[in-house]
Amino acid sequence: MSIPVRFEVNGKRVAIEVEPRLTLADCLRHHLRLTGTHVGCEHGVCGACTVLVDGDAVRACLMLAVQADGAKVVTIEGLSHDAHLTPLQAAFRRHHALQCGFCTPGMITTAHALLSQEPHCDAARVREVLSGNLCRCTGYVAIVEAVLAARADYQKNNGPGA
Amino acid sequence: MKANNALIGSPIERLEDLRFVRGRGEYVDDLTRAGLLHAAILRSSVAHGRLRSIDAEAARALPHVHSVFTAAEIANPVPIIPMRLHPLPELQPFEQPVMAFDKVRYVGEPIAIVLADSAALAEDALAAITVDLEPLAAVTGCGGSDVSLFDAQDTNLALTYKAVKGDAAAAFLDAPYKRREQFSVQRHTALPMEPRGLMAEWDAVRGRLTVWGAAKVPFFNRRILARQIGLPEASIELVENDVGGGFGARGEFYPEDFLIPFVAYRVGRPVKWIEDRREHLMAMNHARECECDIEIACRGDGTILALRGHAATNMGAYLRTNGAVAARNIVQFMSGPYRVPNIDLAASMWMTNKTPVGTYRGPGRFETDFFRERLFDMVAHDLGIDRVEFRRRNLIAASEMPYALATITPYEHRDELDSGDYQATLERCLEEIGWQQRIGRNGKEIDGRYHGLAVSCFVEGGAAGPKETARLVLEPDGSFSVYVGSSAVGQGLETAFAQIAGDALEVPLERIRGVFHGSTAHVSDGYGSYHSRAVVMGGSAILDAAEKLRARIRVEAAARFGCAPEQVELVAGGTAVGPQDKSMAFAELAGDGLSAEGTFLNTKHTWGYGAHAAYVSVDPRTGHVELIDYMAVEDCGRVINPLMLHGQVVGAVVQGLGGAILEHLVYDAHGQLLTGSLVDYLVPTASDFPSIRAQVMGTHPSPINPLGAKGAGEGGIIPVGGVMANAVAAALSKFGVEPRALPLTPPAIWQLIERARRDQRSLGSKIGGCRFSVQVLPSRSEAMAVARHPRPPELVDVPIEEIMQKYVGRFRDRKPDWAAFEDAKIEGYKRAQHRFIGAGGSGKHGDPTVIPAKNFTLSIMFVPPGQGNAPHTHEVEEVFFVLKGYLDVFIEDESGKRLTTRLAPWECISCPAGVIHGYQNDSLEPVYMQVMLGRGKPEAMGYTDDRLYEHRDAHLKAI
Repeated sequence: MSIPVRFEVNGKRVAIEVEPRLTLADCLRHHLRLTGTHVGCEHGVCGACTVLVDGDAVRACLMLAVQADGAKVVTIEGLSHDAHLTPLQAAFRRHHALQCGFCTPGMITTAHALLSQEPHCDAARVREVLSGNLCRCTGYVAIVEAVLAARADYQKNNGPGA
Repeated sequence: MKANNALIGSPIERLEDLRFVRGRGEYVDDLTRAGLLHAAILRSSVAHGRLRSIDAEAARALPHVHSVFTAAEIANPVPIIPMRLHPLPELQPFEQPVMAFDKVRYVGEPIAIVLADSAALAEDALAAITVDLEPLAAVTGCGGSDVSLFDAQDTNLALTYKAVKGDAAAAFLDAPYKRREQFSVQRHTALPMEPRGLMAEWDAVRGRLTVWGAAKVPFFNRRILARQIGLPEASIELVENDVGGGFGARGEFYPEDFLIPFVAYRVGRPVKWIEDRREHLMAMNHARECECDIEIACRGDGTILALRGHAATNMGAYLRTNGAVAARNIVQFMSGPYRVPNIDLAASMWMTNKTPVGTYRGPGRFETDFFRERLFDMVAHDLGIDRVEFRRRNLIAASEMPYALATITPYEHRDELDSGDYQATLERCLEEIGWQQRIGRNGKEIDGRYHGLAVSCFVEGGAAGPKETARLVLEPDGSFSVYVGSSAVGQGLETAFAQIAGDALEVPLERIRGVFHGSTAHVSDGYGSYHSRAVVMGGSAILDAAEKLRARIRVEAAARFGCAPEQVELVAGGTAVGPQDKSMAFAELAGDGLSAEGTFLNTKHTWGYGAHAAYVSVDPRTGHVELIDYMAVEDCGRVINPLMLHGQVVGAVVQGLGGAILEHLVYDAHGQLLTGSLVDYLVPTASDFPSIRAQVMGTHPSPINPLGAKGAGEGGIIPVGGVMANAVAAALSKFGVEPRALPLTPPAIWQLIERARRDQRSLGSKIGGCRFSVQVLPSRSEAMAVARHPRPPELVDVPIEEIMQKYVGRFRDRKPDWAAFEDAKIEGYKRAQHRFIGAGGSGKHGDPTVIPAKNFTLSIMFVPPGQGNAPHTHEVEEVFFVLKGYLDVFIEDESGKRLTTRLAPWECISCPAGVIHGYQNDSLEPVYMQVMLGRGKPEAMGYTDDRLYEHRDAHLKAI
């Protein structure tokens, strides 16, 4: 059985037909070939699949593609540019906040959502929000440092720094 | 080494980050091919059983299912996965077949593989396969059992490694001090964030089998696959893509590393398989499960004389490619950086019906350091020696190097610690953690939590040989490509190797076009990344290749200049200069490309070393361990990129904390894995351990490689279990709590505290307390007890049975009285009185259920959070003695000035007569406290509030 779904991904309109049981994560990765969003557990714990749906950070592995009908979805690809790194991405690089890179898109998407809504958040708040994104490589210290360092850009723009 | 050190040693931002932060990494699940089929694996849901039959017909008949393979369709005999490290012949019977054919031996063992048009459809088809299994009893523990996993073997004991040095038996015979203990470490796992996956394609036209998703040891895996599948190695290419973490577990040859290429080869279509996390938890190598019984002998001054004992490792159902490493390391490295002249240790590997075990960061070393460091703190305490001083006394001195470690059999392995200053890293660690400043709080209770400090020393062996290969290419545009046999698992090899190549070639970083790692196409003979070897082995191979390439460039330039190669000078930046001022840029000399392959051979390990310290606080009510501060100091020889190295250490420490406190793969008695998801298997999150600090020293370059580098990826995890357990023991020393098992979960610590409290209580009552038990007294005429003081008049001639009856009060017999005081009607003052001796301050004299009060009255108050009482005075002293919770007590003077202090359990205030006082429970938990008034029948409460004072007896009239 195939269900038609229409939504927006990274500013582009998408119209596809999917099985009801297809998750948003699988839809983005395999139907739309946006492989930056990663699947680490499929049960909503690790956060590697985090995308923005209508501005909120959401577990794409727990959402069905059909549920995205009419929504605006932003993935890591939509938070990136070819020509340069965003301030958040540059902060991650500067602080060595990634090693294998697998959790990184989820981390950056979550951090971007947090900083967009709370550009003055403190370290404890950053840790609390990022506690929903697992990383096995870095031990988190550098990730928290990078997110804190990126606050200035979000405070400056008073909105998303991307 | 080289004069030019522009790049090595610099905290250069990583090159691979440019794609990772954009989500442009290419992990195996990101790949696709035309005509791709998807594989799903049917795994055993029974831990031990005889496979009688498998019926896949219904599955095969499903639409969109291409084929189903069981052992019957694969080969006869089914290929067996050989061991890569320590492949002793006696271990062969315990190796794993690529698919179960007669028995299943663990939950998760592959039984069949389905190919379908999508992963979801392949998973659907698994449910249509019927498996007839005769279940057998499961063996889950180490030790003898009636049940044999392998019919041809009459034992589940695979092998015992021994570590011997000196004469331990003799040393124990006349040792002035000995201590023997049992410890255990729990089963846990590497858990990289990317689950495993493979994609394979057979190109019949070119006769080429390509496998994507390789990691860690692609060249070895190709060799195995070639043999199993019956193709020449040269026809197989293993491609290493971006890898989402390895930690020792990913990349070893698993059943799927045969099955996926095999089915692709057979069906002639590309096949992809990606495991989900549930599969991962039951199918990827487990690690660390080990128990030991060890004994230490010392002199009275703490000098270690000998170590002996026996460890048992729980291996799971099969010996995996590197399964024997942990057991071997446990016995070889129990002595660590310490001087132990006599050693007799054994480690037995026991097969059980659990997931097979492999290496995980610091294999065997994490476990053995936990055993050793726990023992050391116990010994120091016994001997009355400071724990730090004990370690100083026994650390190997630089002057004693090279220092021989115990000899391991089988495999007759001799290793020696080559260089280093262990005291220096210990002292630096103590300074950085603030040992002197904080030791005063060790074992003390502060704000309801007990604080503890501990330090631990370790060595990290790295740079396993025997060889590594690198190839450097000067491209036509003058840039360089670096090809290396080392494998990237996220540790930043592209950057580190670019730095090394850049310095070796004396060109800036931008001239390194790329570093290509791991894939079998890149070099002629690669070995991979394990045992912290990539930088040393791959890096040194790059140096060799650079030298050879520079020689080739000189030859090329010499030909153009018409001179001898020795007359050509290569100037930093990429120019060849010859006699008569002739010069040419490298790009002009490159032609279609110049390349050179280099190798590095090695038989000796490098030895990083250091010390870690932990400062914790423990909540005795919940067993929760809070890590207040953690300091890791390591000397890793020559540091290539300090930014990356710091990241390795911190990451390893946090993985170690997961192992010390959180992570546990739990099985039931039937061999069922109970922790099959990340909801049950807990790993550290960003909020768990905020304060981790690391310092890397590079004072002792390794003497065994031209870089002077040492392997450095595993040191961060090795001491964590030991130092955390010691910090908890130090915090709870008042209770005599001695953790002997990991993980240090809140229930585990709580139970240790409760047990210690019970032991202390029963010890106390045995010594001097009274217990009510009937004793047979000698008759009156023989021995009489003389009462030295007279009884009060009302008790003269009253039998002691009646006295016992009347003068004992138990909490369970009390009824909480919420109307004991007039102010207790008011919200904010609502509290319950349990009267024990007399009426307390309630005025409700004549309660027959209380003990008669003569000169004082005693009751227990229950004060819920947010409640308290109104300020008042008494005509006698009133004592508040807190038993549970936290109570803010205050006193006031008549000017209205109020002073408040918080009382914790076992703290009290005695308010003198006439001093205005009261209390408030401003915490989140209820308070239980004793209240004593210095009179048998005190007057009613002297409230400062006029209205309350006027009605101070009103509650009595309500009765």
